[in-house]
Amino acid sequence: MTIAAHLAPAIRNALSLLLLAMADDEFVIGFSDSEWTGIAPLLEEDVAMSSLAQDELGHAQALYRLLAEVRDDGRDADAIAYDREPEGYYHCRLLDHPRGDWADTIARRFLYDTADGIRLDALTASSFQPLAELVAKIRREERYHRMHVTAWLERLARVSGEPRRRLLDALERMGPDAATVLAPLPDEPSLVMAGIIDAPSAELEARWRAEIAPVFARLDLPMPPAASDPERGRSGHSDAFRWLHGELTSVRRLDPGATW
Amino acid sequence: VRRSAANRTLAANPPLEETAVRAALAEVPDPEIPVASVVDLGMVEDVAVGRDAIRVELLPTFVGCPALDMIQAAVEERLSAFGHPVDVRFSHRIPWTSDRITREGREKLRAAGFAPPGLTPADVACPWCGSDQVAMDNLFGPTQCRSLFYCRACRQPFEAFKQV
Repeated sequence: MTIAAHLAPAIRNALSLLLLAMADDEFVIGFSDSEWTGIAPLLEEDVAMSSLAQDELGHAQALYRLLAEVRDDGRDADAIAYDREPEGYYHCRLLDHPRGDWADTIARRFLYDTADGIRLDALTASSFQPLAELVAKIRREERYHRMHVTAWLERLARVSGEPRRRLLDALERMGPDAATVLAPLPDEPSLVMAGIIDAPSAELEARWRAEIAPVFARLDLPMPPAASDPERGRSGHSDAFRWLHGELTSVRRLDPGATW
Repeated sequence: VRRSAANRTLAANPPLEETAVRAALAEVPDPEIPVASVVDLGMVEDVAVGRDAIRVELLPTFVGCPALDMIQAAVEERLSAFGHPVDVRFSHRIPWTSDRITREGREKLRAAGFAPPGLTPADVACPWCGSDQVAMDNLFGPTQCRSLFYCRACRQPFEAFKQV
C-alpha cells in the first residue's frame, strides 16, 4: 500500500503542491548558496555557505522523495528535481533574485529562513505523518542556519557606511518579494481542513511579521512591505533563475538518467 | 528461488539472537569518523530478527548526510555474514539528536580530537587539554554534523559535534 492510496485525490493534489513549493524553495536557495563555494568573502564563510547548501539540498532531496511517493506516477526524486523547464519550477519569487553581493545573500537568507521557519512550525503537528516526521528533523538543523544569518544581519546593519548601505539596498530590492515564501497555495483551505498545515497563509504571514518585527526594530531596518502581486508568488521566473537552472541541470543533461 | 535458499539457510543455522546482530552493528564504523560506530553515534533505532529477514532501522544524523548510502551498504555487508536476508532502512520516524551519542561514543570522539555535542563555547571543552577557554571559529565545519572551535589554552583548533 502506497502513501498516495490513503489520500483523497483533492488532498493529494494540494499536498503535492505544498511539497513541491517547499522542495523547490530549498533546492533553489541551496544552489544559490553553493555559488559562494570558493569565492566567499572569508574562508570561514566559504565553509559555512557550502555546508548550508549541503543541508538545504539534503532537505530538498528528502522532500522530493516524499513528493514522488505522494504522486506515485513513476517519476523519482531526481526526475522531479532536474527534468523540468525553468517555468515548471515552483519556488517563490524571493529566490528568483540573482545571488548578488554578500549583503543580498544575507538579506535573502534572513527573509527566507525566518519565513520558512514559520512554515515548518505550522507543519510539526501535520496530520500527514511522514511530513511531520521530516519537519521535526529539518527544524533541528535550521537552528544553526538562523544563528548564522542573524549574526551576519546584525553585523551588516550595525556598521555604518558601506555594509549598512548595501544591506538597505538589498532589503529594498528583496523586501517586496519576501512574503512570497508564504504566498497562498491553490486549494489551501483543503490543506487546513485536513490538518496537514495548521493555518492558512495569511495567518502564517502575520506570525512571520510578528517574529521579525522586533529584530528589524532593534536594528532600525525597514520591515518588508506586503507582497506586491501574491497571485504570482511562484510563477514567472527571472532571467537570473533561468541562468541558475542551466547551471544546476548541466550534469544531468550531459548524461540523462545516469545514476551515482 | 532466493526465498527458498534463504529458508534452507535459516533451517541449517541455529536461531540468531538480536544481541549478536547488535554486536555486529557495533563493528560498523561511521565513514567520516571511523573511530565511532553506528551504535556509538546512536544511529541504530531498531533491530528485529524475523523469520524471513534481519531488519534494521537507522536514523540519519543529518537529513542530507552524503554518507548515508555508504553506511547502509556497510551495515548490509556486515550483517550478510549471518547468512540471512537483510533489510536495512533509514527513517525519519524519530529525529536523531546528538543526545543519542552514547557515553562510550563520546569518549571515543574525544580521544580522536572531536568534542562531544555543544552549541556554544560554554558547552564545549577542548578535547586535547580539557580547557574550557575555547572560542567558536565557525558554526559550520567540514561535514554537516560538526562546528569549528579553537582552544586558547593549548592553541589547537578542534571540531565539536553540532548540538541538534
